[in-house]
Amino acid sequence: MRDTFVKTLIKLAKEDKNIELITGDLGFGVLKPFWEQLPNQFTNAGIAEQNMTTVAAGMALEGKTVFTYSIGNFPTLRCLEQIRNDCAYHNANVKIVCIGGGFVYGSLGMSHQATEDIAIMRALPNVVVMAPGDLVEAEEATKAIAKYKGTCYLRLGRGGEKRIHEKINDFQIGKAIEIRELSNYKGKKIVVLSTGAILDDTSEACEVLEKEGTAIAQYSFPTVKPIDKEIIKMCINKFDYIVTVEEHNIYGGFGSAVAETMASMDGIARLVSIGLNDIYCQQVGSQKFLRHQFKMDTEGILKTIRRLL
Amino acid sequence: MAKLNSEQLAWMIRRHGIEMTHLSGGGHIGAIMSVADIIAVLYSDVLKYKAQEPQWDGRDRFILSKGHAGASIYAALAENGFFDVDELKTHYQNGSRLSGHVSHHVPGVDFSTGSLGHGLSAGVGMAYALKKDNKKNRVFVVLGDGECNEGSVWEAALFANHFRLNNLVAVVDHNHMQSLDFNENTLEIENFSDKWKAFGWHVIEINGNDHNELKMAFKKTLENFSIVPHKPTVIIANTIKGFGVSFMQNDILWHYRFPHDGWEYDCAVNELHKKKPEGVNDPYTPNGIVNPTLPTKEDDINNNHTFSSTWYPSYPENMHRVTAKPGSDEQVHKTQGDLMK
Repeated sequence: MRDTFVKTLIKLAKEDKNIELITGDLGFGVLKPFWEQLPNQFTNAGIAEQNMTTVAAGMALEGKTVFTYSIGNFPTLRCLEQIRNDCAYHNANVKIVCIGGGFVYGSLGMSHQATEDIAIMRALPNVVVMAPGDLVEAEEATKAIAKYKGTCYLRLGRGGEKRIHEKINDFQIGKAIEIRELSNYKGKKIVVLSTGAILDDTSEACEVLEKEGTAIAQYSFPTVKPIDKEIIKMCINKFDYIVTVEEHNIYGGFGSAVAETMASMDGIARLVSIGLNDIYCQQVGSQKFLRHQFKMDTEGILKTIRRLL
Repeated sequence: MAKLNSEQLAWMIRRHGIEMTHLSGGGHIGAIMSVADIIAVLYSDVLKYKAQEPQWDGRDRFILSKGHAGASIYAALAENGFFDVDELKTHYQNGSRLSGHVSHHVPGVDFSTGSLGHGLSAGVGMAYALKKDNKKNRVFVVLGDGECNEGSVWEAALFANHFRLNNLVAVVDHNHMQSLDFNENTLEIENFSDKWKAFGWHVIEINGNDHNELKMAFKKTLENFSIVPHKPTVIIANTIKGFGVSFMQNDILWHYRFPHDGWEYDCAVNELHKKKPEGVNDPYTPNGIVNPTLPTKEDDINNNHTFSSTWYPSYPENMHRVTAKPGSDEQVHKTQGDLMK
């Protein structure tokens, strides 16, 4: 996902000389193609995220489209007020890119786990929040935010994500993407909505359930804000359960965005949120290991959904 | 409307500042008074701008990073035709666009501030983008000295030097006081010039309430701008908090207090009138105040309101390190060492 982002951005930046990439001294071995091919559109701001973010705002106000790049919580929480006051309030054309949403850097410890970033970024007016689910979504999301005028947050995985989509037609900010249509009609009807790179585990679980004959449908939400209300409205009337999956705290994030939308609509569906249950992860391990520990891997998702049937 | 010279504009900024805080009950008059001369010289002699075309591409960029002195900018903009002087009275009021801290929704304001430690980075970003595009505009950022407690200021300082932003000028309104006390009783920042030098900046240290010194310093920054790999310049402008109204000077009370009805307002206005330059008209009290109310012995005047004056911790070090007489115009404060001599 990280490499897809860089490849896509290089392509875009070659066509648009106003695109700039600033890193907070990270991206060893990853950003090299960018700075080699586009040296005049690249800046290393050093280990100073607050300054990096407001410098980006200042550059954006002079007409640049500026991508800030770092990992985990460094491009967001470390410089939150700079995003709020200097980027979002000024509608500055800054795209904040986080590599390592969720447990990507699991073994590095709690400091490097981005598990509240969606909630916090979503709370800021004027900020588009995107968490693509696979490489194709990542490419499309990068293109979409580069074109969008205003402040955006792009939450990416790292590498090794599976390609779920063959291709996406008519990708739009704020639009969910259908992964799986309802093909079975017996028993409780379930729709599974996920955001971000946990789309892989989510899809695997849905596939198993579908094969078992469960009435299941699935959507990926590469945009958390603005949330796709139309799809939620449809789901709330058509399904018995809406299950949300995110590699993030269940408070304030994607599940909450769905809940807020549901609360203002009439319908039959009940909500089940899968995510981190309002705790900091104290365990050490790979992304796969931690997803398992917190019951958000394929097995965990399966168990939760089977209980609903 | 004839353009005011810097002395006239500085006087008007102070007079508007007194009126705006008086009417609104708003704070920070001490900072408005200390920075008035810096702002006046910038708007009368230095900055390129077009009042009728606030977004003019050829303008110099200006950011007041110590956003709490916003009244000084609003006054300078109104006096230079960006909007009607009458609007200044709406400062802080319901429905006004003149928020206490500077807002970019006001014509002529490039960047909103209010949270300290942001403005220099924003100016750095603008200067960097302008330089990349080979544009000849310059960027000016006015910071507070207390603001320089913020780590992000020094992140910006590193970046500005590293990228040789010779089109960037920072001015620190070094009034030697911050929220609760003198700088040196809060977090020591001296030797202040040396700190900036150590960060690679070109440093000019002056009396920031002296217009000739300010003009000379800004002239020097223009020379530096013509030398391509030159470093950014910071002007350390030594000022006095509350400058221009003696009882506000060097008294932290006036970081918060607004001039109330009675002796506070009357004496502030009349003291300004004693030094009114030729050719300016006071729109509020054209001839000053006849029969002003005067302070009595009961009034809280020229007292020490710093937090350390009533804070005596048993910490092994003496934490009360400088002092200056409230109500005085002492600009260089006595250190503990000086006091022991």
